[in-house]
Amino acid sequence: MKYKDEIKKLGRKRLLDFYRKMVRIRNFEERIRFLFLEGKMPGTIHQYIGMEACAVGVCSALERDDVIASTHRPHGHAIARGLTFNELMAELYGKATGCCKGKGGSMHVGNLEKGMLPAIAIVGGNLPIVTGMGLAFKLKKQKRVAISFFGDGASNEGSFHESLNMASVYNVPAIYVCENNLYGASTNIGKMLRIENIADRAQSYGMEGIIADGMDVIDVYINAKKVIDKARRGNGPTLLELKTFRYCGHSRRDPCNYIPKEEKESWGKKDPIKKLKKILLKEKITTASELEDIVTDIEKRLDDAIKFAHESPDPKQEDTFKDLYLSMEVPR
Amino acid sequence: MILSIAEALRKAINEEMKRDENVFNIGEDIGIEGGFGGAFTVTLGLEKNFRDRMIDTPISEIGIFGAACGAAIMGMRPIADVQYGDFLLCAMDQIVNQIAKLRYMSGGKLKVPVVMRAPVGVTGRGSQHAQNLEPYFINCPGIKIVAPSTAYDAYGLLKAAVRDDDPVLIFEHKLLYGSKGMRKEEGAIDASSDIPDDDYTISIGKAVTRKKGKDATIVAHLLMVHHSLLAAKMLEEEGISCDVIDLRSLWPLDIDQIVDSVKKTGRLFIVEESPKQGGIGAEVMAQVASIIPDYLISPIIRIAAPNTPAPFSPIMEKFYIPQPERITEEVKKTFEEY
Repeated sequence: MKYKDEIKKLGRKRLLDFYRKMVRIRNFEERIRFLFLEGKMPGTIHQYIGMEACAVGVCSALERDDVIASTHRPHGHAIARGLTFNELMAELYGKATGCCKGKGGSMHVGNLEKGMLPAIAIVGGNLPIVTGMGLAFKLKKQKRVAISFFGDGASNEGSFHESLNMASVYNVPAIYVCENNLYGASTNIGKMLRIENIADRAQSYGMEGIIADGMDVIDVYINAKKVIDKARRGNGPTLLELKTFRYCGHSRRDPCNYIPKEEKESWGKKDPIKKLKKILLKEKITTASELEDIVTDIEKRLDDAIKFAHESPDPKQEDTFKDLYLSMEVPR
Repeated sequence: MILSIAEALRKAINEEMKRDENVFNIGEDIGIEGGFGGAFTVTLGLEKNFRDRMIDTPISEIGIFGAACGAAIMGMRPIADVQYGDFLLCAMDQIVNQIAKLRYMSGGKLKVPVVMRAPVGVTGRGSQHAQNLEPYFINCPGIKIVAPSTAYDAYGLLKAAVRDDDPVLIFEHKLLYGSKGMRKEEGAIDASSDIPDDDYTISIGKAVTRKKGKDATIVAHLLMVHHSLLAAKMLEEEGISCDVIDLRSLWPLDIDQIVDSVKKTGRLFIVEESPKQGGIGAEVMAQVASIIPDYLISPIIRIAAPNTPAPFSPIMEKFYIPQPERITEEVKKTFEEY
C-alpha cells in the first residue's frame, strides 16, 4: 500500500477523525438534498458530494487560528472546519439561530469565530480577500495561514491572476486550494483550458504549484500539511490543485447530462469515503461495527439538527435592518 | 497651518499611521522612492516613515480592494488608494459584493473597516479618467461615502474614516487637491484651509452650510460647492440670497439639514458634476419632496452634467460641468417662473 508508514504516523485517532468528518459531510449533503427535493427547504444548494477528501484533508492540517474562505459550494468546508450541524442547518432554513442569523443562506455559510469567513459565492471572489488576510498575518507578524478554496472555473477569473501574483510578490502565508472537479457548472474545464494542470499556472507567479489526489484524504492531508507548514514558516504561498469530482449536479435538480456515463463510473470507483474505509479495515485500525457506530451517531445528530432548525425561531422582519453597519443605523 | 487638500490628507494619514500600527496604505505608485506619492501626491514621502506599511501594488485593482477587505477583516485598518476613481469599476465585485456586504452576510459577526480613496472630477482627460462615480455607490448599502471640498474637511473626514468600523469611500476632487509641481492640475481651485495643530475628526453624515441665505437652498459636494458659492455670490447681487449646503457625506445623507433649509427657503437646487440620470440629485430631491411637499414653492431643480460620458474637447467639457453661470441662470429662471 502507498501509505503504510504515513498511516502509522497519522495514527488511529486522526484517521477516524478523517472518516467521521467525511461522513458528516456526505450524510449532511444527502440529507439536505432530500429535504430540498421534498420542497421543505428554501433557496438553492450546491453540494459537495464526492469532494469530501478535499475539505477534510486541508482543514485537518490547519491550526485553530487559521482562516478559510469558501465558495458557492461551502457546506463541506464549513463542516470540515468545525461548524456545527445545528448552526448550518438553521442557516439553510433561514432561521435566526443560523451561523449568519439567516442573512447568509446556503451560499454564505461561515463563522469567523471558528475560522471560516462567510462563504463568498462570486466565482473567484475570495482569492484576493485571502491574499489580504495573509497580508494582515504577515504585517501583524502572526503565525497564521489563510486558505482559499475555489474551483477549476475560478482559475480563469482575473481575480485569480491578481491574487496569486500579489500573494507571491508579498510572500504571504496563504494557500490557494483549487478543487478541480473538472466542471464549471456544465462546462468541462478541458474546453476552457489549454493546459492539463491548473497547478502549472503557479509557475507564472514564481509560486510553487503542486497536485494531490482529491479523492484521497490522506494524500490531500499530507500535501496540505506540507504547504501550510511552509507558509506558516514564512516561506510563501502555494497553489495546491486537488484532482476531484462531484457526485452530484452543479446545483439542485441538475441531472448532470453533460457528464459522460463512463466518466461518472470511473470517478465513482474512487469514492473517498469508501477508499478510506477500506484502508481502515484492511490495516485493522478499526472494525466495521465501530465505523457503523460513527455513521449511526452522525445520522442521529442530523435528526437533531433538523429538529433544531425546525423549532428555531424565524428572524423578525425588522432584523433586515440589523447587522449592516457597526457605527450607525441603516438610514430608512 | 495653511494646507492644501493633498497636504491635509497626507498629514492625516501620517498621524493615523503613527497613532495606530494597524493602519496601512495599499495602492499603485503610492510609496515608490523617487515616485510621486500616488497619482495626486497625497502619500508623497510617507514611505520614509512607514516602509512596511506602504504597500505598493501591481496594477491590480481587484487585488488591491480584495486584499484591503481581507486585511480589514483580520484586524488591520487599510487605506486602499486608487489612482483614478474610474478604476474603482475594475474592483466592483470586491467593493460592492464583498467589502459592503460581508458584515451583513455574516449576521454582524465581522467588520470590514476599509478606507477607500478615489479621485474624481471632469478634468481634461476624456471619458475614462475624468468622471464622477459617486452615484454608482449611493445604491450600495454597507458603505459610507464622504466627499470633502476643503482641506479642513479632508483632514477631519479622513481621520473619521480610518477610525470608523465600517467601510468608508472617500471621493476626492482632482481640481481641489492643490497638487504641486509636475502634478499641478490645470484649472485647479484653491481649497486649502488653516489646519489646527490639534487632532480632530468630522462626523460622517453631517453636512455643513457654507453660506447662509433665505430665498433658495443650493446643495452640492466637492467642486460643485465652490461653483455654487460663486453662483450664490452672483445671485446675491441680483437680490436672491442662498443657503449653500456642502453635503460632505453622500451616504448617509444629512437630510435633516437640507430639510430645515428648504423649510425656510421653499426652493431646492441640487448641483452635481455627474450625469443627471440616477444621480445624487435624484436621491436628495426624492427624499425632500416626500418629507416636506407642502413647503415647496417651486419644483426641485437638478443642475447636473448631461446624460453622456464626459467629452474631451475643452469646449464640450466646460459645457458638461455645471458652471457658476449656469447655476445662476437655473436659479433665476425658477424665480421668474414661480
